[in-house]
Amino acid sequence: MPGKSQTWVFDNQPAILSTGVVGGPFEKNGRLVDDFDRFFEDLWLGQDTYEKAQQKLIEEAVQIALKKQNLQETDIQFFLAGDLINQITPTSFAARTNAIPYFGLFSACATSMESLALAAFIINHGGAQKVVVGASSHNASAEKQFRYPTEYGGQKPPSAQWTVTGAGFAVIGPAEENGPVPRITSATIGKVLDLGISDPFNMGGAMAPAAVDTIERHLQDMGRDPSYYDLIITGDLAKIGRSIALDLFRNKQLAVTEEQFQDCGLLIYDESQPVQAGASGPGCSAVVLYGHLLNEMKKGRYKRILLVATGALLSPLSFQQGETIPCIAHACAIEYL
Amino acid sequence: MANKNKNKTPEQIAYGQLEKKHELKRPVLKNCIRAFWVGGCICLVGQAFTYFYIYMFNFTEKTAGNPTTATMVFLSMLLTGFGIYDRLGQYAGAGSAVPVTGFGNSVVSAAIEHRTEGYVLGVGGNIFKLAGTVIVFGVFSAFVVVLIRTVIMMWGGF
Repeated sequence: MPGKSQTWVFDNQPAILSTGVVGGPFEKNGRLVDDFDRFFEDLWLGQDTYEKAQQKLIEEAVQIALKKQNLQETDIQFFLAGDLINQITPTSFAARTNAIPYFGLFSACATSMESLALAAFIINHGGAQKVVVGASSHNASAEKQFRYPTEYGGQKPPSAQWTVTGAGFAVIGPAEENGPVPRITSATIGKVLDLGISDPFNMGGAMAPAAVDTIERHLQDMGRDPSYYDLIITGDLAKIGRSIALDLFRNKQLAVTEEQFQDCGLLIYDESQPVQAGASGPGCSAVVLYGHLLNEMKKGRYKRILLVATGALLSPLSFQQGETIPCIAHACAIEYL
Repeated sequence: MANKNKNKTPEQIAYGQLEKKHELKRPVLKNCIRAFWVGGCICLVGQAFTYFYIYMFNFTEKTAGNPTTATMVFLSMLLTGFGIYDRLGQYAGAGSAVPVTGFGNSVVSAAIEHRTEGYVLGVGGNIFKLAGTVIVFGVFSAFVVVLIRTVIMMWGGF
């Protein structure tokens, strides 16, 4: 691999063996209803705090993913996951329950692809036989930490985004049979970019340059044209971020077309749902990939996709202190081979 | 604006300009109309309660303010608890934030939200998380205004 490459190529092509995707009541009214394994009718999930509810989302998604392969927790060597909540407690507490050796990860909403890239690297180099990866978010726990109380009647601007209540987890391992399965063929690790946006209600605008930078690096490192991919899909840029990214592609003369460049945050909810610019959260790209996109790959609609999850690395403290929002994007190429 | 850009690199300034083009504008006129009619309706209800207290309970126009405020805050508390006030707020903006019901909502929503951290550290410690700033600056600006008024009266003597 050339010296300065940010991209890992996985010659052994680790596969996504099974997935577990769960959502909340709001997601049940969305557009991707058929791609979830389970919905919870209540935001509390029968728990007494929203943080515990998020932990339950993770536990449930992991259980579903394991069951589909008839696996026990003891068959899994590592659990790589993260979320948005302070000190990623929902994920760590879920790791206490499932007792799988655990890497706690954080790159905000890019955690989904950070975990997948690391898992693919571990599997590719024989560091483990089976690994569980994923990310989760909960609308109410995120609102509570980053914005206002859930019942507070403040008006959100049109650039605001709606945090997904959901968890997407997957079992990653060497492909067992030879039939076509979704495989991770390469991954590009992004660098932190800060282009001076400081409005926490405009995450898409802050994150777009990071997404474009990672996509550009990926294509350069792999020596590929954008047309190699049927779909280049970002995690949660939403309306504003997507249109900025398209503009940046034009400025950089990258031939990414408008149909080919989609966003998970614009797929998940219905037009009629009051989500302002679109969806966000680590759970957003995780549920769309492990649910919707893999299903579409199985149906033959896409053969090669590049998922670029974007994360805004701010904290409630940092934006109150007037800091701008540093952002990151990690990309994984998933091919149905 | 110039001040805001002081510590930014040329690249950041250029991106800020590009980003501005894509930003979705707040629909100001629509928001004003919605705020006007919802806020007006809330005040109408308040006025009705004022008359109710004056004619049914022998309050005067001056003293009817307290029970009216209490009633309006109580209603906003109910609407907050039932999860309606936040939706109203998204629709009406300032229309539901400026009347005293908005103040009630900011107190009650914080109390509900932090109930999971217990009564002392959760509810007690966070109940004025949002309303605290209204109280602090409300009291302070009232103090400044009264100070100015007192000084003028002492000098001018009217």
